[in-house]
Amino acid sequence: MGEQLSPLEPIFRPGSHGNFVDGVGVTLSEIAPGSIVQLAAWPGEEKKLMAAIGSVTGLKLADGAGAGASSDRYAAFGFAPGKFLVSDASEGLATTFAGKVAAATGTVTDLSHGRTAIRIAGPRSEWVLAKLFAVDFSLPAFSVGSGISTTHHDVFTQIQRSGPDSFDLYVFRSFARSFWKMLCHASDEVGYEVR
Amino acid sequence: MLITCPYCGPRDVSEFAYQGDGNRTRPDPASTDSEAWNAYVYDRLNPAGIHNEIWQHAGGCRVHLAVVRDTLTHEISSVRFAREHGTPTHSRRNHGAKA
Repeated sequence: MGEQLSPLEPIFRPGSHGNFVDGVGVTLSEIAPGSIVQLAAWPGEEKKLMAAIGSVTGLKLADGAGAGASSDRYAAFGFAPGKFLVSDASEGLATTFAGKVAAATGTVTDLSHGRTAIRIAGPRSEWVLAKLFAVDFSLPAFSVGSGISTTHHDVFTQIQRSGPDSFDLYVFRSFARSFWKMLCHASDEVGYEVR
Repeated sequence: MLITCPYCGPRDVSEFAYQGDGNRTRPDPASTDSEAWNAYVYDRLNPAGIHNEIWQHAGGCRVHLAVVRDTLTHEISSVRFAREHGTPTHSRRNHGAKA
């Protein structure tokens, strides 16, 4: 496999930035999973697709909108009716799913090169994200593991809550650099560390 | 204005794209009835009040929704997946407009 290149590379500046004298409010990082795959079930085939996700990743997805789960290696969540985003720290997930998801069950789309995954973590992450998206990021409304689809000024974003103070954002690769800049600007006020 | 997407929950209207009047019935594609096609393409009730509309949650889950909105108050009385039923629950006759 080829070397993985990041669209953030020209502007990725590890270290502390902004108003961090009183502490770092959020940490920004690129997750760079080996695989990002979108799975879509034909109407009525959702359960079979969720079973396939479970058999490949070992993650158990609950019923219901936006349900998701993650492990050290995998993350998966629903972002639309019958549609799921699954990421894997290793490459080759789309090939694995292609062998597990029958054509009559649904479709497998490899987005590994089409999305950039960014993690924002820290005590002020809800605050920073709330500046960008008109969505309730509080823990009761947005539980750990679950995911949503939303948009910021036409930058379509899928977000999974990876922890009480941690969110994983999947954006189009071609928008990733400007989105990262905007995220840095939004984080400036609370102090942020890039790592 | 908030639209409560059945999948995503309440979201700002900026995430949605209006897809037009939900009262239209497309004529049979083989139809040569020019009046029926003209009505389908051009005739709109433009009611002051309850209106059946089709919206897409374009900045979210991307599903198409059948929305019942009051054009005077923007109150939304019902939202459901457009694919779940053939026609909206409110018929155009209920608004006192021409048939």
